[in-house]
Amino acid sequence: MTTITQATRPITVEKEIYRRRVRQRVGAEGLLRRALFVLLAAWLYVFLIHPLAVNLLRSMQDKQGNFVGLANYINYFASPTTSASLRHSLNIAGLSTVITVVLAFLYAYTLTRTTIRGKALLRAIAMGPIFVPSLVQALAFIYMFGNNGIFTRALHLNFQLYGPVGIVLSEVFYAFPHALIILMTALALADARLYEAAEALGASKTRIFFTITLPAVRYGLMSAAFVVFTLAITDFGAPKVVGGDYDVLATDIYNKVVGQQNFSMGATISTLLLIPTGIAFVLDRIVQRKQVAMVTADITPMGPKPHRPLVQGTLLAICILMALFIISVYLVVLIGSVTRFWPYDFTLTLKHFKPEVAGAHHGLGGFAFILTSLEMAFWTSLVGTIVVFISAYLIEKTRELALPRAILYLLSITPLAVPGMVLGLSYLFFFNALNNPLNFLYGTMAIMVISTIFHYYTVPFLTAMTALKQMDPEFESIGESLNAPFYKTFFRVTVPVALPALIDIAMYFFLNAMVTISALVFLFVPGKEVASLAVMLLDDAGNSSQAMALSLLILVTGLTVRTLFYFITRGVRARTQAWTVR
Amino acid sequence: MHASQTPSKEPYLRLIDITKTFGSLVALKGVTLDIAEGEFVCFLGPSGCGKTTLLRIIAGLEQQNTGRVIQAGKDISDLPVRERDFGIVFQSYALFPNMTAAKNIAYGLENMKLPRAEIKRRVQELLELVGLPDVGHKYPSQLSGGQQQRIALARALATNPGLLLLDEPLSALDAKVRAALRLEIKELQRRLGITTIFVTHDQEEALVMADRIVVMSNGVIEQVGTPTEIYISPATPFVADFVGVMNFFPGQAAEKPDQVVMAQTPLQCAKPHHLQPGREVIIAIRPEDVRLEISHRTATNTLSGTVREALFMGSFYRLLIRLQGIQERDLTAEVSSNRMRDLGLRPQSKVEVHIPPDLVRVYPNGRELPQ
Repeated sequence: MTTITQATRPITVEKEIYRRRVRQRVGAEGLLRRALFVLLAAWLYVFLIHPLAVNLLRSMQDKQGNFVGLANYINYFASPTTSASLRHSLNIAGLSTVITVVLAFLYAYTLTRTTIRGKALLRAIAMGPIFVPSLVQALAFIYMFGNNGIFTRALHLNFQLYGPVGIVLSEVFYAFPHALIILMTALALADARLYEAAEALGASKTRIFFTITLPAVRYGLMSAAFVVFTLAITDFGAPKVVGGDYDVLATDIYNKVVGQQNFSMGATISTLLLIPTGIAFVLDRIVQRKQVAMVTADITPMGPKPHRPLVQGTLLAICILMALFIISVYLVVLIGSVTRFWPYDFTLTLKHFKPEVAGAHHGLGGFAFILTSLEMAFWTSLVGTIVVFISAYLIEKTRELALPRAILYLLSITPLAVPGMVLGLSYLFFFNALNNPLNFLYGTMAIMVISTIFHYYTVPFLTAMTALKQMDPEFESIGESLNAPFYKTFFRVTVPVALPALIDIAMYFFLNAMVTISALVFLFVPGKEVASLAVMLLDDAGNSSQAMALSLLILVTGLTVRTLFYFITRGVRARTQAWTVR
Repeated sequence: MHASQTPSKEPYLRLIDITKTFGSLVALKGVTLDIAEGEFVCFLGPSGCGKTTLLRIIAGLEQQNTGRVIQAGKDISDLPVRERDFGIVFQSYALFPNMTAAKNIAYGLENMKLPRAEIKRRVQELLELVGLPDVGHKYPSQLSGGQQQRIALARALATNPGLLLLDEPLSALDAKVRAALRLEIKELQRRLGITTIFVTHDQEEALVMADRIVVMSNGVIEQVGTPTEIYISPATPFVADFVGVMNFFPGQAAEKPDQVVMAQTPLQCAKPHHLQPGREVIIAIRPEDVRLEISHRTATNTLSGTVREALFMGSFYRLLIRLQGIQERDLTAEVSSNRMRDLGLRPQSKVEVHIPPDLVRVYPNGRELPQ
């Protein structure tokens, strides 16, 4: 008999202790983790849930603050005139979605699947609209197709720009790069083996397109549609500038609140705006989940392939036309900024770069607004990146506390469904209330920063989650087994490994903060407007050339910042190359 | 062969009646096990059997619902991970990609607040221990899979833990490196005398490396024993099926207490089975235990059959034999290439199949036949 003894020697399990439920002791670190959870919950509650609840409540009150139930909603829907903005918004968003997705699909298909030259340039041009506030293209369109637009004058045509035409045109332009990115990703992820199989079976090119290409990108198409729809229905800048009398939900909220001081109706309409965005949000989540399930690890990516010359030529021509149109819009901005009086006097001048807002000249001219924008974008980027990454880390890398994690996850993705206008108005109601201990925040840079962080919260949060999910789940286990506190492993391993994602997040926050308007129209500090807001105010005051000049500054700043981030990323990549490339 | 004597020393690690559920899924149903100091134990079983969950409970990375874990005489059931004494290596190695091999190994040492020179000395010592004295400055992505595995092992051993936990550490490696590392790990463990638990689904790995194998299935321990015990006398049809290759045939207990009936032929067993005559049983036979003859030389434990297929495997042949009276499954037998030549066997050859009595394994409950 060997010396090794049988292990399953009966042990008396009657003892009470063996039946007792085991709970791991919560050490000092467990407490710290829990404290961070509480802070995160408080942050989401105070700056997201509670203000939205206040807004909802406000929609059920009359002007004096008495509870009136659904009376405001009933009043809104009482006549076709009062409820026009909802119909208009749905029409605009629907039409913009169809046009944008079709155009972006053609563009994306050409860039990913054909063998044309100049793809990088076409791509770069298409990304342009990301760097300017949505109202800038609307301003440019007025210069092109408005009452005194160059095309209007040259062709003696009335383009009926002010109203739905102008809004849809601007929204398509504004949402185009967002749809393009989604569709290019979807098209690039298709499995080449499917195409080989179809070709081997003798399917025609047309049949392959309809039976393989389109089904493979159906989730991408849906996702792009939801994104465009949400952007178009929540946009404030373009309808404000080019909408004329054609009220949409976003401008209706603004007019009710700022124009008529009718806060309850503003709250009511903003709640209505939440419904379509909420639906689009939920549908998009479902679609995204399906898409993730569809993309398996072992696909053979579909690369570009030469098409028939006629097809490829047509696609190229369409893309060049679109690219030229995009370029012409920026040319108009450039020329409008540096010439005396569009379209009558094209003498060069720099006078528009000294804008006048609310009667006050700023010594620095337009640069003062840019500095304010940079200040806000800097804080948004810094605080936003830190908060979003830490919360994603807590939610993804905590073993226990399953229910709090699920709730916090849900709360962290809801901001995507909340339009900036609604967020801004909710903040106005909540933080402007005199009995609120956080009242001191109202009218400060801090509140503008926080509202912008929440306005753009979800995409960076999901980026962080993805980066964390891609990391080996056992890094934390190893750290603990080696007796390192979790924050040490966080700083020494998690953060360095996630650095590329962190830079992406910071850039996303920064660039969006540079161009956002919607939430800020209710929160800005007079005399300390950010540039995007100043563009709107200048246009409001009829100084469209100055608005143009400031837009140009925003565009240049945005491109500069983007370039800066490119070099930072390249620096980081070079430094981390040793451990990322074999 | 009854080994229920009390160990002379208190076991180093005791798992007492551990249960664990994930929602409605029961992962462990009351697992009790003792592990002696310095022992190399393998948790073996198919995926989903609970072996990794059990390992993670020992580490504190998973929390059992009930049951205790006692390490070195101390109840650690409710201790947080950091306060437990173990080193761990995962299948993915989980080497920190942004740190060099040396930095990875030093990670645990830094937490002990050792002087820098001491850390440096110890890191070099560990690099030498795992046979990679020159890779300290390299990043994990610059190392081969086998090298990464060794660095992960060195990192786990750096703080001199009392217990080494290995979670399928060789599964991601190719066959050759794997075979070499099996021996290296085994040798290292013997040299350090560290109590080690090795989780694997690879029965060959378990047989080669373990002092003792714990075979698990569906959240329970099927059998605990040395590799030879597990292989020679599997306690259940599951173990018999999972470890090595096994033929299973239906049969009945015979009138004589040490006989079973298979295809109307009585088979003599070495030990009495104590089962009621006529009761359904499973008869299990290993392919290499089958003796083949051309003529009827041994009367007992011999069945007639026909070679249906002969698969050349290099040093041996694998034969599929259709036994007389059994239609639904063939007997697999392994015969050395020499013996094959001597017998002159080929497909359709008639053959006499002899099964030595001490290699006939009998399990009750013949209805749930494996395969």
